[in-house]
Amino acid sequence: MEFKRPDGRKPDEFRKIKALVGIIPNADGSAMFQTGDTIAIAAVYGPKKMHPQHQQNPEKGTLRCNYNMLSFSVSERIKPGPSRRSQEISKITEWALEPSLMLDKYPNAVIDVFIHILQADAGTRCAGINAASIALAHAGIPMKGLVSSISVGKLDKTIVVDLTKSEEDWEEGEGATDIPISMTDDGKITHMQLDGNISTKQLKEAIELARKSCKKIYEVQKKALKETIKEE
Amino acid sequence: MTENKRLIVIPGEVVVSGAEYLPGEWTEKRGNDIVSLRHGLAEEANKLVKVIPLSGPYHPRRGNVVIGKVENITMNGWVVDICSIDNAFLSIMEVPKFVDKDALEEVMDFGDMVVGKIWNINRRGIDLSIKQRGFGRIDEGIIININPNKVPRIIGKEGSMIKLVKDETECNITVGQNGVIWIKGENIESELLAKEAILFIAEKSFISGLTEEINKWFGERKKQKGAKK
Amino acid sequence: MDGFMTTPNLNAERIKKSLEKGKRFDGRKLEEFRDITIEYDVSKKAEGSVKVKIGNTEVVVGIKMDVSAPYPDSLDKGNLIVSAELLPLSSQRFESGPPRIEAIELGRVIDRGIRESKFIKFDKLCIEPGEKVWTVFVDIYSINDDGNLLDAAGIGAVAALKAARIPKYDKEAGKVLYGELTKEKLPLEKDIPIVITSHKIGNKVIVDPTREEEDISETRLTIGSSNGNISSIQKGDSSALTIEETLNMIDLIEMVEREVFKKIEKFLK
Repeated sequence: MEFKRPDGRKPDEFRKIKALVGIIPNADGSAMFQTGDTIAIAAVYGPKKMHPQHQQNPEKGTLRCNYNMLSFSVSERIKPGPSRRSQEISKITEWALEPSLMLDKYPNAVIDVFIHILQADAGTRCAGINAASIALAHAGIPMKGLVSSISVGKLDKTIVVDLTKSEEDWEEGEGATDIPISMTDDGKITHMQLDGNISTKQLKEAIELARKSCKKIYEVQKKALKETIKEE
Repeated sequence: MTENKRLIVIPGEVVVSGAEYLPGEWTEKRGNDIVSLRHGLAEEANKLVKVIPLSGPYHPRRGNVVIGKVENITMNGWVVDICSIDNAFLSIMEVPKFVDKDALEEVMDFGDMVVGKIWNINRRGIDLSIKQRGFGRIDEGIIININPNKVPRIIGKEGSMIKLVKDETECNITVGQNGVIWIKGENIESELLAKEAILFIAEKSFISGLTEEINKWFGERKKQKGAKK
Repeated sequence: MDGFMTTPNLNAERIKKSLEKGKRFDGRKLEEFRDITIEYDVSKKAEGSVKVKIGNTEVVVGIKMDVSAPYPDSLDKGNLIVSAELLPLSSQRFESGPPRIEAIELGRVIDRGIRESKFIKFDKLCIEPGEKVWTVFVDIYSINDDGNLLDAAGIGAVAALKAARIPKYDKEAGKVLYGELTKEKLPLEKDIPIVITSHKIGNKVIVDPTREEEDISETRLTIGSSNGNISSIQKGDSSALTIEETLNMIDLIEMVEREVFKKIEKFLK
């Protein structure tokens, strides 16, 4: 008997994905990435001179990510301003994206990436990383490739992809395990976190599912970048 | 890949595969694949594959004519913002007339715009010169910013595109390689028309038959103007 | 492309000269607004939310509601809290960090525009006098700054308030059931407050400046009014105005308010 998810999806089926490029005219690069009801926007400013001077790195440019959620992106209002969670996710996002960027081309410079979640239904950091990767390419940053991100996990005993908020709160059986993963387009993992309860065998299964899913996310990101030209 | 077709590529995308191809600007070879490192238009000629970026900051090069804004005045010259990662520096030695060391701002003040040439780039910085004719402080007109990657299109083959705009609007136009453009015309209307035309070209920069499009565009604008009268 | 951090003096001169002839760079009249669009439901999790665009300027505004104890000096009235953030993503000129004075001022001006016009019927937001009242949060975020964020925020706040629905409240558990909206809208007056800012440049006055125009604005006057009744005024930036100039700006804003209302009427819920 196949596992039934609350919204009827199959275990390896992710929500409807949408990506748009160039949504913020002032930014050097910008994009929107939507997974189901989770919507993230990202804007890139840079490369530009890093201030204060003592933070400059003479060997390569610095990537600076700033992730935050709008107060009304969730059910219970979030007070505006950074939180520990948003600061952690900002750092995770930097680590997820950096391996794909050729920062040695811009010593002493900084590339600012601002990510905001407009509407949240789990997978926000993944949507943010997906939007940011597209925005960086749109901004003309030299990159080895894109980074794609998705959350995989386990609901009771079944491995699933792209958990919603209600799935993250799953309580039946073994409960929910949530594993956001980001990968480069040549299959390297640049970000991985886990919350829950899972065996090594099932974790490997989940990672394989993530690998397959990231490839599909990549196609959507690629299409969005190619379409910037058609629209013009 | 045919020579005429220009392929839009994204970072990490394989442009073409084959041991005989060579990686040019903004590409790298991975095994037999030539892979793009930028979001841009891929071009291949004589087995050399390169990617022309669609976006990204201006890369200062020796010999470039640039237009910048005076950000700061030091003892020996002016720090000029040329919309690049680093500012440029115009030394008083690179000014064609005598400059009173105590009155630099009389030659050029904060916020003034200047046209100059990059005569040297080294680890210390980007050096600007205004010794040549036509360079120096900009007295009047309007300044517009475009994506520096579109500058070649704005100028056109042997300057044909920008000449078209100059002729149609009767404006003097100086295009900085850094994407900053100075327009000076008989009146504000012609300056704004030139601005619109340039922004239009920048927007449509990738299409073929652009010259025809621009001519058509000017034709329609003239008709509109005529109708208004 | 953002260009230079501030509008070059050269362009400033041209803009001023053009204004003296009654013309603006984008062809608008001095008293003309750019195209305004309002889209709803930026976030399903908000009790109401909108995206407002004036030309290329874009803001999003969301309404959240919560139940809490009333303030001691208004035991049977609900509350309004307006906050604004000028996000660094909307302009190279904004940096990360605590709200700058521009954001603080914007939030407070919009707050006064709504509060002083008595748009929200606070006494109808009382659940149990002295114990439980509704607080309405209006959160404003800039998404792209091409001038006149203030007026865009004002339109957004009003549109979002009008579209908002009150969430279910479980009295016994003392919990708001977010995600379960009643059909009930916020208790609002019929006449909506509109906030319009006028800017003095040289000896001319314009409304709805682009960022270039805003850069050379010498001083501004913002008026919040509903159906012709003025309920809030803010003069900002440092040049002085003669009384005559001030009265002219007031008259101009009165006329523009009617025009802007016509533009946004079709979008309002």
